[in-house]
Amino acid sequence: MIQKSPKSIKIFRNIGLSGRLVEGERVMIGPYVRDDKDFSACGVFGIMNRSGGRFRARKIVRAMENMRVRGNGLGAGYAVYGLYKQYKEYYALHMIFDEKSVKRKVDEFLQRNFEVVHEEAIPTDESVGLPNPPVFWRYFVSPKKKGGDKALSDEDYVISKVMYINTRLRGVYVISSGRNMGIFKGVGFPEDVAEFFMLNEYKGYMWTAHTRFPTNTPGWWGGAHPFGILDWSVVHNGEISSYGTNKRYLEMFGYYSTLKTDTEVLAYIFDFLMRKRGLPIEVVARILAPPTWEEIDSMDDRERAFHTALRMTYAPLLVNGPWAVIVARNGIMFGLTDRIRLRPLTTAERGDYFFISSEEAAIRAVSPNLDRVYTPYGGEPVVVTLEEKALKKVLGE
Amino acid sequence: MMRTLDVVNPYLEEVRTLEELLERVDIEGESAVIDAKGLQHKEINDLMRELVHRGVRRVRLVNVFGQRFIGTRLFFREGLRVEIEIEGFPGNDLGAFLSGHRIVVRGNAQDGVGNTMDDGEIVIHGRAGDVVAMSMRGGRVVVRDSIGYRGAIHMKGLEGKEPLLIVGGTAQDFLGEYMAGGRVVLLGIGVERHRMRYVGTGMHGGAIYVGGTILPHQVAKEATFGSMDEEDWKFLEKVGALYAREFNVDDVLEREFVKIVPRSKRPYGSLYVAGKNENQGKKINFSL
Repeated sequence: MIQKSPKSIKIFRNIGLSGRLVEGERVMIGPYVRDDKDFSACGVFGIMNRSGGRFRARKIVRAMENMRVRGNGLGAGYAVYGLYKQYKEYYALHMIFDEKSVKRKVDEFLQRNFEVVHEEAIPTDESVGLPNPPVFWRYFVSPKKKGGDKALSDEDYVISKVMYINTRLRGVYVISSGRNMGIFKGVGFPEDVAEFFMLNEYKGYMWTAHTRFPTNTPGWWGGAHPFGILDWSVVHNGEISSYGTNKRYLEMFGYYSTLKTDTEVLAYIFDFLMRKRGLPIEVVARILAPPTWEEIDSMDDRERAFHTALRMTYAPLLVNGPWAVIVARNGIMFGLTDRIRLRPLTTAERGDYFFISSEEAAIRAVSPNLDRVYTPYGGEPVVVTLEEKALKKVLGE
Repeated sequence: MMRTLDVVNPYLEEVRTLEELLERVDIEGESAVIDAKGLQHKEINDLMRELVHRGVRRVRLVNVFGQRFIGTRLFFREGLRVEIEIEGFPGNDLGAFLSGHRIVVRGNAQDGVGNTMDDGEIVIHGRAGDVVAMSMRGGRVVVRDSIGYRGAIHMKGLEGKEPLLIVGGTAQDFLGEYMAGGRVVLLGIGVERHRMRYVGTGMHGGAIYVGGTILPHQVAKEATFGSMDEEDWKFLEKVGALYAREFNVDDVLEREFVKIVPRSKRPYGSLYVAGKNENQGKKINFSL
């Protein structure tokens, strides 16, 4: 079990080499987390079937097994899209509980704020032997807005309630909250985590996965990837040096980072810029991985003005450090790296299937023959979308 | 009760003994075939080392999918030379520290091909990833298609050695970063215009030859275009012939070539310490 009541306890943490103690925020105590940062050489992988055909976990698990040395068994996870056909109109809340007893207050909170159409334990296979698993539960809900909340869109309403749970309710975290998708993650190698959640029982038209190699902080169940909010999910290889700046900026817009891994901010950044601000990925890539001032200086007037405005307006959302990410949302998946590609990312296609991976060999392990292989430049997004017909089916609209 | 987490070294877990591994090898005289399917990184190298001790000089590795460090740890005082043919997709750091052997890959390679390689040759019948020929100090890497970021980073020539990286297509950014010696040739086959930027950042030795169009702003401030003399053309002709022979193509040199050389042997001499230096007064730009 995760230790009880980790949330409201102020603890001291050691920063830097000076040995100076500062008062930290709420940090998960116990042997799991002692710092915010996640230095890593992780592995990421994503597959989409562009015509919407659903397939089982086997493919992506095989790809992740092929990149076994990119992780060390301290964190792995999967995001699955097109997962809950029967409840596709409802937000699927995947939750972890420190222990079963916290469920009562979660139930009360959800009953007050949502119509809960179905709930159940997420089936797990304890015999896999992963260390200290929390309790996994899923709720299928639709918003029950009252009073001032009526002005909010459904999405913003769901986010506000997720943030409430993550920051106010002790011993419980929401790890995914999208429609017709779900995140499954934990401490272990990818193949063990897949077995733990019996993922081969599920089908999806898109899967992303992560294997973690934390070298500075021990892994814990909530800190494994993917990270998600609404139907966004992010898997990430690298380190976000700008985490503090990004996190504080996002707090102004109601996004609170509580899972103590730098990647969490990326999920919120993509939701904020793409859903809330309505910016296309091409522009968002220029905010997260902007051209250098030197390059901006060499642009023509129009371009220079545009890029200068972007850098000024969204300076706190520049994502510094080495990173490669795969981001997914119903109907779309894209890969993106920092502007000088300090972490690898390769993309490929074969028939209806589109792949994004840390390593080409992992793609080849699943699909030895490929129609096309492409490695993007730093800061250049590679985007794949679901065919329109298939998307309508996925969202039930 | 909390259980403590065991940290696994994924490189070393479940490595099998040579006796078990040898069952998967077909040896015929000086040649051997290894089925690499399911073999660990270390197991492949253990096996190859054992095979060479048993008199094998040609190894064919089939079903390679992502195993790293292939060909490293094959150092022999007697100076034995082994030919390794790889069918599949080798993982990172292929031929790291390579000690005089020849590796041919029938497929694409990933990051770190020829990392700190000492001598020998690596030929890729496909493309390769980032940091190809990193810190390479001797021998030759030949890539049929293109390579990723930071090719030939900190390549160096010393004690009479001159490492060489030949790329048929183009490279991505930071080619020849901190390059200290050796030579890089981008043939530019099928490339309309090279897109790479920051070529030769921090470069202070060696030379980069580029076939096709590359504009001055793509070259880093520590490097510049040099003039091509007769020796350069002779060298390029040799490189062209070698590439043509290896991949069975003609007209490898059918385009303009430029040579990129360092401006200085000590580009960062005055970066932290003020003093008399050839770079004194030059603007150093930290805006990256």
